[in-house]
Amino acid sequence: MNRTPFIIFGVFLTIAFSLSGLVLIPNWQFQDHKPVINTRDGSQYPVPYFGMALQGRDVYVDQGCTYCHTQQVRAKGYGGDIRRNWGNRRTVARDYMYEFPVLLGTMRTGPDLANIGARQPSRDWHYLHLYNPQITSAGSIMPRFQYLFRTIKAGELAPSGAIPLPPAFQADGTHIVPTARGEQLVEYLRAQNRTFPLPEAKQ
Amino acid sequence: MTSLPEGPNENKLEQISRILIDDSSRVPVSLWFASSVFWLLMGSVAAMISSVKLHHPDFLGNIEWLTFGRIRPVHLDIVFYGWSSMAAVGCLLWLQARLCHVKLPWPLLLSGLAMVWNVGVCVGVVAVLAGHGSSIEYLEFPAYCAPFFAIPALGVLAANVKMYVTKESQHTYVSQWYLLAATVWLPILYVTAMACTYFGLVQGVSQAITNWWFGHNALGLWVTPIAVATAYYLIPKVTGKPVHSYHLSLLGFWSLAIFYNWAGTHHLTGGPLPAWTITVGVVGSMMMFIPVITVAINHHMTMRGVFHMLKTSPTLRFTVFGSVMYTVASFQGSLEALRSHQEITHFTQYTIGHAHLGLYGFFSMIMFGAMYYIFPRITNNEWSSARLIKVHFWGSSIGVLAYGAGLCWAGWWQGMMMIDPGIPFLETVAYIRPYLIMRSVSGAGMTIAHIAFAISVWRILSRHHFVMSGPTLFTTARPAWREFVNEQEKREQAELEAQS
Repeated sequence: MNRTPFIIFGVFLTIAFSLSGLVLIPNWQFQDHKPVINTRDGSQYPVPYFGMALQGRDVYVDQGCTYCHTQQVRAKGYGGDIRRNWGNRRTVARDYMYEFPVLLGTMRTGPDLANIGARQPSRDWHYLHLYNPQITSAGSIMPRFQYLFRTIKAGELAPSGAIPLPPAFQADGTHIVPTARGEQLVEYLRAQNRTFPLPEAKQ
Repeated sequence: MTSLPEGPNENKLEQISRILIDDSSRVPVSLWFASSVFWLLMGSVAAMISSVKLHHPDFLGNIEWLTFGRIRPVHLDIVFYGWSSMAAVGCLLWLQARLCHVKLPWPLLLSGLAMVWNVGVCVGVVAVLAGHGSSIEYLEFPAYCAPFFAIPALGVLAANVKMYVTKESQHTYVSQWYLLAATVWLPILYVTAMACTYFGLVQGVSQAITNWWFGHNALGLWVTPIAVATAYYLIPKVTGKPVHSYHLSLLGFWSLAIFYNWAGTHHLTGGPLPAWTITVGVVGSMMMFIPVITVAINHHMTMRGVFHMLKTSPTLRFTVFGSVMYTVASFQGSLEALRSHQEITHFTQYTIGHAHLGLYGFFSMIMFGAMYYIFPRITNNEWSSARLIKVHFWGSSIGVLAYGAGLCWAGWWQGMMMIDPGIPFLETVAYIRPYLIMRSVSGAGMTIAHIAFAISVWRILSRHHFVMSGPTLFTTARPAWREFVNEQEKREQAELEAQS
């Protein structure tokens, strides 16, 4: 008896089932998601990334930030996410409806970034942290992203856009200015804000 | 459904056909294997760079191409696409030809496909290093790399089906089911996942599910079945004992096919997904106990009474180590999928430890065992040195055990610390740093093992180094390499003189 068609059909079925169950059905379940409007001030959430933040997402992807940072907050009572102040509520599917690619991440060598824009709104903090993580977070094992900055030899006056390095980290007579990619990455990070109250995420 | 023993009383005809089959697979299988060993070395280099960077972030600090976020996915992709997949293809081609009692079809085409696959890995690695990676785990290579893998995968599927359909053997051995299934699953998995990822066929968090549907199944439905099939073949073959139970192996196969498919979503526990998708993943992971236990029983019962052979046979020692690690890593993986367990270990080094116990301790060790068995048969040559094999075995086995145990321990406590908001985040970093250094040390042990293995493979493939005096066992004393070459040269000299 030739059982080849039986085996091949059987193994094909197993994967067709899991593809429909895990990928197609959830995709269908989410397709009618719509943004929420805040009745008080008319603001909409979520909004797609635009401008420099959108360009910054490509920098985030190409630098592989996702290999050490997640962008998801787990529910209250599950893990320490909310008690660590990484968000005021859990993140839900609607938070990511415009994201392509979705960068949930699976590793927290560094802290979660789902709301880093709300936690650290200051551009300067991000520039210092990217230029040398030891300035803002001593003991960090994050690499320095100095190639996202230019060194400018300058006189007494700092050029516009120079980052406020503490004296200990600054070579004499030079100033450090972010490159376009550096600026884009920081705008992307500052856009990481998933604090808008959503009806399906009470906690 | 017997074990096809290779004993003195089998008939000559079968021996001759076996030699012809091995001859037909010499070039393609050697090429897939040799490429995989090359990528194993490259993967080790990428691994060492990323590992050292994690505890000394300033190491090669200002080179954008080698930043951690690029070299770490390059390590994973080299190991998955370069080493694991290429070793798996070589193994499955040879095994299927042997089990079907047919010559390997289209040797030239299959060799060409190996080169296409190699080009795909090269292009993908350069793309990720240059910053064109997608940051989607296991699918980092850009879309234009897809044909380099999809076409060879279809070619391998065609060759595999052709062998199975034209088989001359009367029985179907359990390994053949696994091999056939794996080659059907791979192209479907890969093409679907690439299409969904790069052409926006799915939206929002469904992308993340697609990612882990692929990421988990690429391990569970592609490399795992091939390693299980290989162990199912090698253990009875080397020990000369039949597989313990046919019915168990059937149950094991179909339960793997049905349940592994659904397990991937446990990578997203606690994430922004409907709870039912995670529950399905947890159930699938729990049900994996069935195929794992059946395989464990079958392999253990086959080995019963012949454990002493582990002292002498390199193939058996690597394969049985891998087989035991299959049970260990799978049990760990099933438990890890539970929500209460994930609350602690998700997002920590624990996952990395587990991944290496699986892909290295189980899969790679069985591939090593298979290569120690297959290379001498397709090259008509023997391994040059038992010492190199010993270095390989101990470096790999101690390395991966230290790696897995160390990171799982560290990851567990890292997770416990992260749950407690009273502990500043940077303290969790300070806590794992010594373990990250330990990881580099055990990684170095594995790298040394790979170098020893690569030297062995180089020698058995190179025509200058013929060793014809019986199989190389752990107990075989071969003369040191230099002496051996000298002796050989002397012998050749003497022959020349005798002729003149």
